[in-house]
Amino acid sequence: MSGEFFIGQIFNGVSYAALLFLLAGGLSLIFGMMRIVNMTHGSYYLLGGYVALTVMWRGAPFVVAIVAAAIVIALIGIAEWNAFLKRLSGQELGQVLTTMGFALIFQDLGLVIWGGDPHTIRLPETLSGSWVVGELYFPVYRVFIVGVAIAVSLTLWLVLEKTRLGAMMRATVDDPEMARGVGINVFRISMGVFALGAMLASIAGVVAGGFVGVYPGADFEILPYAFVVVIVGGMGSLKGALVGSLMVGLLDNFGKALFPELSYFTLFAPMALILAVRPTGLFGRA
Amino acid sequence: METFIRRAPRAAALVAAVLLLALPPFVSSFMLSLMTQALVWAMLAMSLDLLLGYIGLASLGHAAYLALGAYSVGILTTRHGADFWTSLAVGIAVAALGAAVFGLVALRATGVYFLMITLALGMTVWGLANRWVSLTSGDNGIAGVPRPRGLPWDVSGALPFYYLVLVAFAVAFVVLWTVVHSPFGKTLVGIRESESRMRTLGYHVWLHKYIAFVIAGAAGGFAGVFWGYYNGFVSPADAELATSVEILLMVALGGRGTLFGPVLGAFVIVLLRNVVSIYTHRWLLILGAVYIGTIVYAPEGIIGMARDWLKARARAPLRPAPSP
Repeated sequence: MSGEFFIGQIFNGVSYAALLFLLAGGLSLIFGMMRIVNMTHGSYYLLGGYVALTVMWRGAPFVVAIVAAAIVIALIGIAEWNAFLKRLSGQELGQVLTTMGFALIFQDLGLVIWGGDPHTIRLPETLSGSWVVGELYFPVYRVFIVGVAIAVSLTLWLVLEKTRLGAMMRATVDDPEMARGVGINVFRISMGVFALGAMLASIAGVVAGGFVGVYPGADFEILPYAFVVVIVGGMGSLKGALVGSLMVGLLDNFGKALFPELSYFTLFAPMALILAVRPTGLFGRA
Repeated sequence: METFIRRAPRAAALVAAVLLLALPPFVSSFMLSLMTQALVWAMLAMSLDLLLGYIGLASLGHAAYLALGAYSVGILTTRHGADFWTSLAVGIAVAALGAAVFGLVALRATGVYFLMITLALGMTVWGLANRWVSLTSGDNGIAGVPRPRGLPWDVSGALPFYYLVLVAFAVAFVVLWTVVHSPFGKTLVGIRESESRMRTLGYHVWLHKYIAFVIAGAAGGFAGVFWGYYNGFVSPADAELATSVEILLMVALGGRGTLFGPVLGAFVIVLLRNVVSIYTHRWLLILGAVYIGTIVYAPEGIIGMARDWLKARARAPLRPAPSP
């Protein structure tokens, strides 16, 4: 195993982890605050990519596409939460089945509207190409993804830890009843967090469209990864989502490179074992 | 009226049993194939009901046992020419072993955490099916699984095979029925209602859960064996997350904690899928609506709805007439 191979794999793993963090960070907040098992999260990711594609086909630039996807998907998330999910708190089975129903409906609508062919989101000039360091190639776009993830995590962390809104959100995670008691509008906070989660998932979908593409089935392909990140890191913990993303991203990359025959196994089995030792995840609280 | 309530389910079950026995020689081959398929899924749904309905543990990885049973058949019959009994024994043993290992990990958690751990465990089986190409042929799956060999009568025809699956279904039903109506089964229900109380009473809660978990896994593998034989083809799709959720839907749609309910749910979904698919490509849209509709309109399932309806009918005459 050469040093180049090692660095290359680490870079790939970290950039995949960045994508996973965008997807799973919001899911983790939703989990932590509302205990909603959201099987639709992968659909937000896929639909985000599709919305961005549609906007870009009309000639809009990449940044506009990201914003458009974020807004549309956040609205879809709010609608779904308002109409169904908010009534299902504490009913895991009901949540799983309802959100799975939405996931299937979105999957089929995606197929009707955007067809079965894979698409790629065209990157702006500044983000294509690679930086060459010695023997190593670092695609600019992957560096960009890592940058986006760092920016998002920093923003989320600042908002959660340093602002009044963040304090209200943390209070809602810790004890919704007390939070309501001291006058926090738990309902509005929950809706906001759900929208935020859906928005981040859609951004992940747009960003992923630039290198893995947007295609039918991507929703259910990425969903287990997002869940694994959230549960290993601990529900509701941003730090956990970050560490979980890195672990999953690196394990996935090294697993595929070193043990192709066992690659998914080398990803999911250690995760299950961590959960066996710490059922609430690395940074989660029961 | 009271007797009517008590007798209605038995009468319905009896009618269903007679239909399952007597109808097949007279239906089209398409319908026969659907009934065979529905019986296999019914076995699977019943095995999950043991966990979901009787201990209250929602598993998101039950497709793993389906896959373990089906892959055992696929590998043994196509590469080693194994007969029915060998495939059956190995299929059940592998699934039971899988459940014995998974149970050690999963039963440390409850609620959402149990859902998530079983999801991760189920994905390990899916991952192996997908990537361990030398054993499982990966994405291509294993094709050409023959009909069962080594039985005293020939089951290569669709009708004899149906009756073989019906016998298997009856065995699975009787076994699970015995389990849930035994003192052991009553203890499981007790654990579902209050784990701490059962522990205080001196029951070994973990061991009860663990044994039930392994039985459910073994029964899932049993169904998987017949799925492999029925389909003639085994692929990673059998172990998918979507498959696990669909089994959950069958149990919830029919009515959990009843054994009959999951059978009903399995028949509804299998028949609906295949009949709807004739008329439209938008089956997933409809399935999605069924998922949501189940939770919104029938959270206790079809059996639960029927029970409420019967009770309401029974109570109606007792209500005093409104005074003018």
